[in-house]
Formats: sequence, C-alpha cells, structure tokens
Amino acid sequence: MFSISSLFFFFCEPPVEITDVYTVSICELIHASHRRLCILKGIYPHEPKHKKKVNKGSTAPRTFYLLKDIRFLLHEPIVGKFREYKIFVRKLRKAYGKAEWSGVQRMKENKPAYKLDHIIKERYPTFIDAVRDVDDALSMSFLFSTFARTGKCHVQTIQLCRRLSVEWMNYIIASRSLRKVFLSIKGIYYQAEVLGQTITWIIPYQFAHDHPTDVDYRVMATFTELYTTLLGFVNFRLYQTLNLVYPPKLDGQGEFSLKSECEEDYALESESYSEKLSALSASLARTVPLVEDEEAELDLFPAEGEDLEKMEAREKIELEQNEQKKLFEGLKLFLNREVPRESLAFVIRCFGGQVSWDKSLCIGSTYDETDETITHHIVDRPTIDKQYINRYYIQPQWVYDCVNGKILLPVEEYFLGVTLPPHLSPFVEESEGDYVPPEKLKLQALQRGEKPQAEDDEEEEEEEEEDDDDEDDQSEDEDEANLAEMEEKRAQGKSLSVKVTPGKVKPENRMRAEQEEKAEEKRLAIMMMKKKEKYLYDKIMFGKKRHVREANKLAAKRKAHDDSNKADKKKKKKKKC
Amino acid sequence: SQTKKSLFSDPRSVWFISSPSCVMFLWHTVKWADSLLIFITFSVRSQDIRNTVGNIPMEWYKDYPHIGYDLEGKKIFKPIRNKDELDEFLDKMENPDYWRTVQDKMTGADIRLSDEQVDLVHRLQQGKFGDVNFNEYEPAIDFFSNEVMIHPVTNRPQDKRSFIPSLIEKEKVGKLVHAIKMGWIKPHRPKETTPQYYDLWAKEDPNSILGRHKMHIPAPKMKLPGHEESYNPPPEYLMSEEERLAWEQQDPEYRKLSFLPQKFACLRAVPAYSRFIHERFERCLDLYLCPRQRKMRVNVNPEDLIPKLPKPKDLQPFPTTQSLVYRGHSSLVRSISISPSGQWLVSGSDDCTVRFWEVSTARCLKTVEVGGAVKGVAWNPNPSICLVAVSYDDTVVLLNPGLGDRLVCTATDQLISSYEEPEEVKDQPVQWAVAEGEGHEQGHRLILKHPKAVRQVTWHGKGDYLACVMPDNGNSLQVVIHQVSKRRTQNPFRKNKGLVQCVSFHPIRPYFFVATQRYVRVYNLIKQELTKKLMANCKWISSMAIHPGGDNVICGSYDCRLAWFDLDLSTKPYKVLRHHKKALRSVAYHRHYPLFASGSDDGNVIVCHGMVYNDLLQNPLIVPVKVLKGHTITHDLGVLDVTFHPTQPWVFSSGADGTVCLFT
Repeated sequence: MFSISSLFFFFCEPPVEITDVYTVSICELIHASHRRLCILKGIYPHEPKHKKKVNKGSTAPRTFYLLKDIRFLLHEPIVGKFREYKIFVRKLRKAYGKAEWSGVQRMKENKPAYKLDHIIKERYPTFIDAVRDVDDALSMSFLFSTFARTGKCHVQTIQLCRRLSVEWMNYIIASRSLRKVFLSIKGIYYQAEVLGQTITWIIPYQFAHDHPTDVDYRVMATFTELYTTLLGFVNFRLYQTLNLVYPPKLDGQGEFSLKSECEEDYALESESYSEKLSALSASLARTVPLVEDEEAELDLFPAEGEDLEKMEAREKIELEQNEQKKLFEGLKLFLNREVPRESLAFVIRCFGGQVSWDKSLCIGSTYDETDETITHHIVDRPTIDKQYINRYYIQPQWVYDCVNGKILLPVEEYFLGVTLPPHLSPFVEESEGDYVPPEKLKLQALQRGEKPQAEDDEEEEEEEEEDDDDEDDQSEDEDEANLAEMEEKRAQGKSLSVKVTPGKVKPENRMRAEQEEKAEEKRLAIMMMKKKEKYLYDKIMFGKKRHVREANKLAAKRKAHDDSNKADKKKKKKKKC
Repeated sequence: SQTKKSLFSDPRSVWFISSPSCVMFLWHTVKWADSLLIFITFSVRSQDIRNTVGNIPMEWYKDYPHIGYDLEGKKIFKPIRNKDELDEFLDKMENPDYWRTVQDKMTGADIRLSDEQVDLVHRLQQGKFGDVNFNEYEPAIDFFSNEVMIHPVTNRPQDKRSFIPSLIEKEKVGKLVHAIKMGWIKPHRPKETTPQYYDLWAKEDPNSILGRHKMHIPAPKMKLPGHEESYNPPPEYLMSEEERLAWEQQDPEYRKLSFLPQKFACLRAVPAYSRFIHERFERCLDLYLCPRQRKMRVNVNPEDLIPKLPKPKDLQPFPTTQSLVYRGHSSLVRSISISPSGQWLVSGSDDCTVRFWEVSTARCLKTVEVGGAVKGVAWNPNPSICLVAVSYDDTVVLLNPGLGDRLVCTATDQLISSYEEPEEVKDQPVQWAVAEGEGHEQGHRLILKHPKAVRQVTWHGKGDYLACVMPDNGNSLQVVIHQVSKRRTQNPFRKNKGLVQCVSFHPIRPYFFVATQRYVRVYNLIKQELTKKLMANCKWISSMAIHPGGDNVICGSYDCRLAWFDLDLSTKPYKVLRHHKKALRSVAYHRHYPLFASGSDDGNVIVCHGMVYNDLLQNPLIVPVKVLKGHTITHDLGVLDVTFHPTQPWVFSSGADGTVCLFT
C-alpha cells in the first residue's frame, strides 16, 4: 500500500482560503501558473488518508497536493522563465499601446523562450520509461495534427505534431513493429510493440473537427507542448537504434529520385518533401547501409526443465511474430480513392506489402492502376466499372482482419458488395467463462490450420436436422393424442379401480449424494466465515455471477439473432420455390 | 515670390481677386455655387450699393423693412415686391430672361446673369474649373528637388537649438550606454546552437534518478476497446431498442458504455466521432487532476476464504433427520420442556392448553387446560420430583402430571402437602395458593399469583428454586425467585437495570444470569454482588443458554445473531454467528454432547457442534453441523423454542404452526 509520509496537505484550487501563513506564501507564488507547472512536471493530487482531518472537518470534495510536491515545483527553473514571459507580454502590450514599433520589433526578437528538455529527462530518467509513457503523447499528437490550421492553436504546433507523427509512423514501418489494428467507431486504434513495450494510440477518422465549446484548449495545448518534446526525443532515439537518419530522409535509391510530374501541382516546393514523407510509400535513408539477412540467430544456451519450456515458448512466439511481420510480403495492393489512404498505406507497409494509389489522390504513388502485377485492389464501394481479371477486388476490412488474425484470410467474404463479417477487437483476450463470439472461434480454427467447412453444407445439414426435429415433434404429438384418447376412454368407462402399484426402488445416486453433501458442508462453512471475509466472498461471488449472466445474455442474443436470420432465409427459399 | 505663385495657382482664387472686398469670404464659399451667385453680383454691379452687414444669414432681416446698411450707414430698404403668384407666372411666361434672373439676397434686387456668368455656372455645376484656360494637368514642379537653386526656399534664420546639444537626448543616450555596459541591452539574442532534438538519454545515469521517482505512480493506460466499439460489431453487441432507451435515460456518469454501439455496412459510411476531442480532454484532466493511489487488487480464490472446518461427518452424533411430529395444538407452541428422564415432553401453547407427550411414540398422554395462553413451561430437573411449572398471564402453576414412576408422583404430592405454615408470616410479593377441586384433579398443585404477567419460568438444577421473569420497564420487580419447599418468594434485585429478557441459574455454582436487552449480568447469589457484565453486541437479546460446564454462555438475539461467550476469556463474545436469516427465538445446549441448537423465525433449527475443552488454553471449537427444516412459517414466525433430549443427541423444536418436531 502506498503511504503518504508527510501529511502536510493543502489544496490549491480556487477559491483558495488558506489560514496558515506559511502555505499562503507558497500558494501565491505558484497559483498563476500552477496548472501548467503541474502538467509539465507530472504532479498529481493525492487522496489524504484522513480527509476530514486535512480538510478542517469538512467533507467537501477538494483537491489536495502534497506540500513537498509543491515545494518541488518551486525549485523548478522554468518558474522563472514563466515569470519572464509574463513580464515580456506586459511590456509588449505597453509598447503596442504607445505605438513604439521599433520597441515592439526588438522585444519580439528577444522573446524569452524556454525548453522542456530537462523536465523530460527528469520525468523519464531512462529511455524505456519514456517509451512506456508515449501512448498519450501519440494520441494527442495525432489529434492535433488533424486540426485545421486556423483557430484553436498555433500553426507551428500543428505542423510540429504532424511532423512528429509522420516520423513515428515511418519508424513503425521501418521497424515493422505494428501488432494490432482496430477500426472502432471512434477512430482507428493501433498497437505496436516498441522495445518490448506495448504502445497503443488512436487516430480519428479524417474529418474536420467540430470543436466543442466546453473543452479548455489551454490545458490541451500545455499537454501537447510536453508531448511534442517527449515524442521528438523518443523519435530521435528510436531512429538511432535503427540506424536511420534523423530528421528522416527518403532513401535516395528509391523511386523517388525521379521527380514525378504532378508533384508541383500537389504541394509547394517547401512542403513537398514532408508530404512525400507523410505519403509513407518510400523507405527511409539509413546511416549504415542495411545488410540483408542480418538476423542474428540467438545463441543457444543449454537449458533444462522449466527454462527449456520457457525458451521454447519464447522461440515459438518469436517465430510467429517474424511470420506476422512478413504478412503482406509479395502482395501488391492498390488503393481506390475512397478508402482511408494513410491508414491503409501505413498498415500495409508495416507488414511488408507494396502499396500505391491514384496519382491524383496523393503524392508518392509508385505504380498505376493499370499495373498487371497488382494482386489486390482495395475498394470501398458496392461496384466498380472497370475490373481487371487477375486481381482481387476487396473491401478494406480484409487488410485489418488479416493483421489481427496474423494470417491471410480467405478473400471470399470481403469481395465487393458482400456483407462483411463482423470486425472484432483484437484487444479482447477471453479468459475462461467469458463469452467468445463465434467469429472469433472461427478465426482461431483458421489460425490452427483447420479448414472452414463450406457454409452451404452446414446449412443443408442444419435444414435436414430441423426436418428431423419436425418429425420428432409429430411423433410426440401422436403420443400425446393417444394418451388423451386413453384417458377419455377411462373416464367414459368409469371402471377405475384403486390400484396398488408396486413401489419402485429409488436408485441411490452416489455421486449426487456426495455432491449434495459437499455442497452442504460448504454452506455450513460459509456460515462460519468472519464478517469481513464474508463480505469479500459475497462480493467476489456476485461479480462472478454477474460475469456469467452477461456472457449468457450475449450468447442468448446471438442465438436469437441467428435463429431469426435462418427463418428469414428459409422464407426466402420457400418463396423462390 | 514663390509663395504668392502657389496661392494664385488656384484658378478660383484668381477669379475672386477681381472683387477685392470679397477676399475675406473667399475660403468659406469656394465649394458652394449657390452662394457664389451673391459674389457674382458684386463683381457686376455698376453703382456701388454695398450692403455692409457682412456674411450673415439674411433671414435675420426677414421682418424688417430694410435689408442692411450701405457704406454711409444708411438703411438699404427692400425693394417693393408686390408680385403675386399670377404676376410671377406671367413673368415666367413672358420674360425670356426669367431663367437667368436671380435675386440678390443682400440687396433684394433682381439680376440678370450675363452669358459668361451662365457659362461659368454651368462649368461649376459640371465640376470643372471656372477658368476655361486653366490646365489642370500641368506638370508638377518640385520645390525641393535635386537642382540646387541660388535662392533658399525660406530665408528663416536657424533656431538656436539646432546648434546647441540636446540635454534630453544626452540623458537618453547615457542611459542606453549604461544599459549596454551593464549587459542589459543586447543587440540580438544569441542563437541556439543545439538542435531541437538530440539524444537526451545518451548518458543514462541510474544515480541521477530522484528518490521521488520511486514514489511516482505512473498513470494507468487507457482501457482498450472491446468488440462493442467496432464499426462492424457482431450482432449480439448491438443494443436492442429497450437497452438503448435505458442507456439514453441513464446518467452519463453511470453508463457502462460511453457510446452507443453502431453497425456500419462499410468503412466509407463511418462518420466522425463527435466526442473525440472531449475524450482526449477528459484523459488530460484525469492525468493531472486525478489523485493517484496504489490499490492492492484482492486476488484471492473465493474458496480460500471459506474456513477449513472439521467435517460434520466426523463430529457425529448430532440430529440429522426429522423423525417425529407431535400434532395436537391448535395454536402456536410457545414453550416446550422435557422431563429429566427424557421420557416425557411438555408443551405449552397459545390455545390455553398444556400437553404432555410421550417422546418415543408422539402420543399426547394428557391435556391440561389453563386459564390463558401459556408463555412458558419448565419441567423440574430433579428426577425425584415430578413437577412442571407453567406460566400464563400473571400466574405460575405447578403441575404434577402424574406421569412416570408412581412413587415419584406420590412423593411429590406428599412433598407439597407436607408444607407447614411458618409461625411468622412474611409479606410476600406473590400469593401462594394450593389448588383444590377440579384443578387438583387435573394436576394443579400450587398456584402462584404474580403482580404482573410472567414470561419465563426456569428451575434451579436442584429443583427447589424457581425463577420467574416479569418483564416491565422501569419497575424493580422483574425477577422473582420462589422456593417451592418453603413456599417463599424473594425479590433478589432491589432495582433492575433495563428490561429483563430471560434469566437462568448456573448449573453448578451459585450464580444467577440475568439477560437484559443488551447485556447479560452474572450475579453471585451468596455474596449478593454483580460478578460480570457480558456485552452481547446486539440490539435485543431474545434467549440465553448456559453450558452445562458453566463457563460458556450463548445468547440469541432478535437481530439474527448468536453470541458465544467464554466467561474465562472476556466479557465480549468469543464468537458471533450470523447464520440465521431472521430473528433468533431460542437457543439450547445439550447436557452431555458438545451440541447447541438455535431456532429462528426463518423456520430453521441450526445445530452446531460446540466443543469446550478442559484445557484452558484451547478455545472452544464451534462448527455448524446441520440445518434442520421442519416447521412451516405462519404469521412470520417459525421456530419458537428448541430443547435437547437429556440423554440422546435429539433436539425438539416447537413452532408457530402448532407442532413440535423431534429431530434425531
């Protein structure tokens, strides 16, 4: 349990009403930029053990910080910089008011700047700490890079965010460390494994944002300030580990050495390079030329017993991962213009596939639609006019499902105009007793290498079964009718004599008796539980029961849905007949 | 001179100069052609009738006969104007110059404009210059050009200040110089040479990690999305209509899902998520405003929480099955008691009868009617006396049922009849009377009239003393102890604290237990003092039983608890059992076997193994061994009384359904 060593709390949330002189002086100093400092330095409030004691008898909800944390904030050199900046703003305003334009110019030139490098170093003393915490930074950076360049924040911030996120994506492609992708209704989730750390981030779908009014963008901007710094340093280091040039340069040998024609139409000269980078279609330049087949084989250590098993398991996982990394290798994909280009290009390139798009869609396309070697054409519309015979026309979900399934799924279910199979979350790991959707079971079977049964057969079989059921029902009905007749006859005859039937020996079910005995023992033992333990036990059991209930509910829902679907199909068939 | 030229370069001024008297008005009137006409008239006048009123609104002279003054100061009278509308009209029709005739406001005279003047007016109306010959696009001549002229433009002598150094400037410069010297002013901020990003972790020094970093709690990562968040989830994750309505009505804070699961046919159809920025913002708020705390997740197997107890099988014998039901009472059976031999059972019921049963056959041998609902029955524990105490209303009757050994019965009768009145009669709180007549035939021997309703009767182990409880709040007389052989009654307590629920004698030592609502007080009868006060930790004690060893007490309470006290251990319960669902009505110990039972309103009798060891260091072992069910719940009442057989491991229970059950 975490214990708070020094119990000097004070809260620093307006309205500030501190009676202690000592704390007032501190609070006055920090109050103005308190929020910003707390965000940058990673200071979070604490829940005091005795809330009432600290809060002077009141139970009103208040935020408490440790006094030592606040003292720690005061030692931060950046406090001085903030103060300087505040003074600068005041002076500038005055100069504007007096229309001293030269003064304004001079002040602007000498605008005080501050750096967050030391804060990053202090918060993340080791590189791996920083990588572990990069989740939120990525999500925020990707979000900011989608903002329009007017209004909510500085253009420089947006540009920086865009640059950093493109750098990150390029790194993920180069290291092939993407693991899972999920198309949710909120956006697209990506999960990568970087230096052994699982990192998840979300990118919103490409739409203009409807900026909410109840969001404080200053808070977000402060976070972004911190996150861009963090992400920049992390990117730098990551590029170093792969011997890539930072800031990223396109590989000179690639197709990009030749200037494409429409380039000038697409972007300004100054921006075209960054645009090409963000097209994600070319590999990056390396400081040390990459040697093929560099994969160093692991040294084999003689191991015994459990270690051996562990080793084997690890090797197996590694093998699987290596295979997954080469998932799309050898495939040549073409993106139609209505599919999310960036996401698909990113995912396909992460798994070694070749990808291109229409020249007019974006800069950096590598081959045309007419290329005969294209294997898959990704389309997100019901039909397409001109179709080439030697390629599959598939919907974008196929790519994502393949990545999550770690195998190339059969393309039949993803053809144009076909109702797609459900898209499952790759992040759900079902433990025992959880509900597993049938699609997941199917996928697991595929992964194991079992061949899926042809659906038509299944259906036919099912139908046959159902017919059998009908027959059974009929026979049952007949039985019942017979019984009713017999009874009627009996009633009419009224010759019912009291009969004594020989008693039957109840077979003693030993298993059952044993079980019952055990159950009773348990019930009695539960009676003797201590109050605290009983409470805990009840809580756990309640949770378990709820879990089971939810799983059952889902299963029942699915069954009802399938049944209704089947009935519909039958009806249709009958109509056809 | 040059200045003059500039002044007269304006053609309009040139024109005005011809009428020198009007130069004064020049600037006011340039723009208004209308008022210009006035000046035109001046310039044309042959005779010099000049109005000297100046540039004033002429309507000031509207009401006067004159219109101003001439140069000699004489009034200029308005010309007689007697033209009416008709004349005006005729004039307009006939006079060809009517259109070019204007009235001079200053003199009131009509003036006919000449051709040049008309032309001028036309030109001004068109926005042209008055002078026909004026070229408005003449090339500009720069005064201050690069050509050096021989004459200066102005011939003004230079100011003195132009050749004396400025003090103010000196001061300013001095300040700047000082600031530069002190390094306050720098021409340019030195440019940053370090790149924006570099290898920050080049020198990872584990020693530089702050102590506070070890205390730091990293923020938990965001929850990963489940199947229901998919753009194309399996159908079972979509909400039905009712679920959706319920979701919408729920407070957003308490919703399990923060969004409505939706299904889209294709990726193209997925819209933007409107709360994306909100969610990011909320995450930011969580990161810097949420108190963080390490919480140990309880990761226990619930099976481990269940205490390991010896198996009930190993603790036999104990009653397991319902073997006999004693039927006969028509109302709830409040109390039962068993004869010391274990052969007979007596039960008292609300139907105003006391029934005697043979235990082994469940036959009702005798029914004695009494004058009220029976609250308590108690068989004398002394095997040499056959006497049963029955309490109803405010009366306690001692019955001799006449069952069993006839010698014993007659001996009992003799014992009662051999009583001799003492010489000095003491005033007693209770009236003793000998039953006679019909009552005597039924078995009534002694009738004790109490001042209040008696709830419980209990015998001392020797069988001579009988304690009665008359619960009454705030009255001193709540417990009385009768001595049957001497027909004497004592009131042991001058004052009772609280409402007495039940009393009991210690089986061996001269102690007396009194249970009030919350406490059990133990009195030493010889020393006549309070020895112990047991805190039951419950709201309302209903019943109490003393272990035959005398060192342990169990208390049942109306708030579903059974408290086991170990008198040697503490005044607080050694163990509290909450195994009943409803109020406990009765508890009982077995005389020989380590068993105790409790009956409750939920209709169950729970038999527990309660082993008391002779070793003082070992705590009693309590194991519930059996839940016995046999009574139906009537009027929310289940089991009212339980009692053990004196020799066998059997338990009797009486219920609100009017039956008594035997479990063996």
